[in-house]
Amino acid sequence: MSVIVYIESEENKIKKASLEAVSYAKKISESLKKDLIAVSLNLTDFSILKNYGVDKLYNISDDKLKVFEVNIYSNNLSNLFNELEPEIIVITSSANSRYLGPILASKIDAAYMSNVASLPISYSPFSVKRSCFTNKAFNETSTKKSTVVLSLSSNSYGLHENKSNLILEEIKGIDSNSALKIDSLEKLTNKVTIADADIVVSGGRGLKGPENWHLIEDLAKVLGAATACSKPVSDMGWRPHSEHVGQTGKPVASNLYIAVGISGAIQHLAGVNSSKVKVVINNDPEAPFFRSADYGIVGDAFEVLPKLIEGLKAIK
Amino acid sequence: MNILVCISNVPDTTSKINFKNNDSEFDSNGVQYIINPNDEFGLTRAIWFQEKNNAEVTVLTVGDQTCEPILRKCLAIGANKAIRIDAVPKDGFFVASQISEICKINKYDLIICGRESIDYNGAMVGGILSNMINCPYVANCIGLSIDNKKATLEREIDGGKEVLSCELPVIIGSQKGLVEETDLIIPNMRGIMQARQKTLEVLPANSIKNLTDTNKFFKPQPKKEVKLVDSEDVNELINLLQNEAKVL
Ligand SMILES: Cc1cc2nc3c(=O)[nH]c(=O)nc-3n(C[C@H](O)[C@H](O)[C@H](O)COP(=O)(O)OP(=O)(O)OC[C@H]3O[C@@H](n4cnc5c(N)ncnc54)[C@H](O)[C@@H]3O)c2cc1C
Ligand SMILES: Nc1ncnc2c1ncn2[C@@H]1O[C@H](COP(=O)(O)O)[C@@H](O)[C@H]1O
Repeated sequence: MSVIVYIESEENKIKKASLEAVSYAKKISESLKKDLIAVSLNLTDFSILKNYGVDKLYNISDDKLKVFEVNIYSNNLSNLFNELEPEIIVITSSANSRYLGPILASKIDAAYMSNVASLPISYSPFSVKRSCFTNKAFNETSTKKSTVVLSLSSNSYGLHENKSNLILEEIKGIDSNSALKIDSLEKLTNKVTIADADIVVSGGRGLKGPENWHLIEDLAKVLGAATACSKPVSDMGWRPHSEHVGQTGKPVASNLYIAVGISGAIQHLAGVNSSKVKVVINNDPEAPFFRSADYGIVGDAFEVLPKLIEGLKAIK
Repeated sequence: MNILVCISNVPDTTSKINFKNNDSEFDSNGVQYIINPNDEFGLTRAIWFQEKNNAEVTVLTVGDQTCEPILRKCLAIGANKAIRIDAVPKDGFFVASQISEICKINKYDLIICGRESIDYNGAMVGGILSNMINCPYVANCIGLSIDNKKATLEREIDGGKEVLSCELPVIIGSQKGLVEETDLIIPNMRGIMQARQKTLEVLPANSIKNLTDTNKFFKPQPKKEVKLVDSEDVNELINLLQNEAKVL
């Protein structure tokens, strides 16, 4: 019986969300007085895991695991999990983890819970708080299953350091095939993605047209932020679909979300509400977004943004 | 080609979310129900295959009688027939199990689920179904073309996309991008009339136990009042973000 956290890495760099998952799983393992076991794939630099309390790491190495492929990943992981007989498996809520989670849970006959937003409320039956209705509410979900896979909402627990003596066990991958073939992968490498960003700068119809987006991009650049937009902005083709955030777009759970010229329609808010701090810049004091923001400036984006960019440049 | 589109019946995106019976149940009073937006993108793609490749499109929902207007709407949009599995959906595992039973009886070349439902947000039915019926699943699907028995699919990933291929059958998790917003079909009078003649089959549910229970709902804490900063004084905003919110 054990508590396991799955470590997501890309090109040997552990994702920040995985360190949050480790922090969270560590707390559970302490409550249950168990060791915290981590599982990684093709990782060579794991020193940082010692700072977050991992007691034992299983690293599966195999050329087949170089690129994420859901079936080969889940076959390898389920094979190991079946041996370790975990009670609780914690994964992040990245797009890949949310793809992997239900398949993995089903393979090891576990219950699956996504959008987990709290530490366990009880262990018997096992229950946690989860967000639902696209962040408009929470529910308490419980299970009687002896194994549960939890996908932890980003930024819901935070990073908590915790020193440990990590024991490493290298294992080989298993023979596994997938009916899916990856033909190609297109990825912008020099751009901060919405999912990974600490700060997201987002523009709405108030920016009037794509020719004004340099303001959003410049602000994002000084902040090291990702850029995003409201739905009509991507529907009109001012920005790519991949930047559309909200209920029907990408979810945002950053530390800071800056919304410029976005009215704050309920469908937009639903998708960005789990960001910690929200700043709104809008020239209409009645814009609904002001009601769910932490900080706001009532003003014209075309005047406020250049000043804000200059001010930030001065402190960086 | 046979296509199954799994439809989740969800509260309209603008609905105020309230609970009843001591916060143990969703309060549907005054709530308008819609086709889950992610499922509607998938259904629209399915209708495209119906028009181009003569595909037969079946829509399916696991739900009680109150879901029937949504199924009728799918028929009015163009689906050939509808199936309702008569049970209150308890969790994603339960729903996937019910759908898997139908997939064992009828052979589908393409099974469309939404990326996630906007009420339960589990993003799990497609994945669990994939393991149950041993059929590949492509989540966050933003592109799909079919040539003979071969599917080419695009999956949205962080900061880009991935192109995949497989032999049919395949399950996809549909979302915006698979079709454009402007492709969505608004049922016309003829569609609505025809929908009345189409088959809506009601099947009993299989006795499958759910794996999770949801017993209690909460609303988020009310938000503190926004702190407004004068537009002439942006440095004050920077100061607050740095020293008060500590996010810079
Ligand atoms: C089923 C469904 C799903 C949806 N899903 C989403 C979703 O996922 N994400 C999403 O974003 N929307 C979604 N929507 C759309 C949503 O309802 C709103 O229409 C949309 O969010 C509005 O975008 P906006 O704020 O950019 O534009 P608007 O509502 O037009 O707001 C523009 C804002 O800019 C301000 N402004 C104008 N000029 C300036 C200026 N010079 N300086 C500063 N401010 C200025 C205005 O005061 C206004 O508040 C959905 C709708 C439906 C029906
Ligand atoms: N009750 C249901 N009946 C039929 N399909 C459903 C039901 N619930 C969810 N689905 C399908 O599964 C997808 C993912 O739902 P979920 O796992 O709840 O986020 C939805 O977009 C639907 O396509």
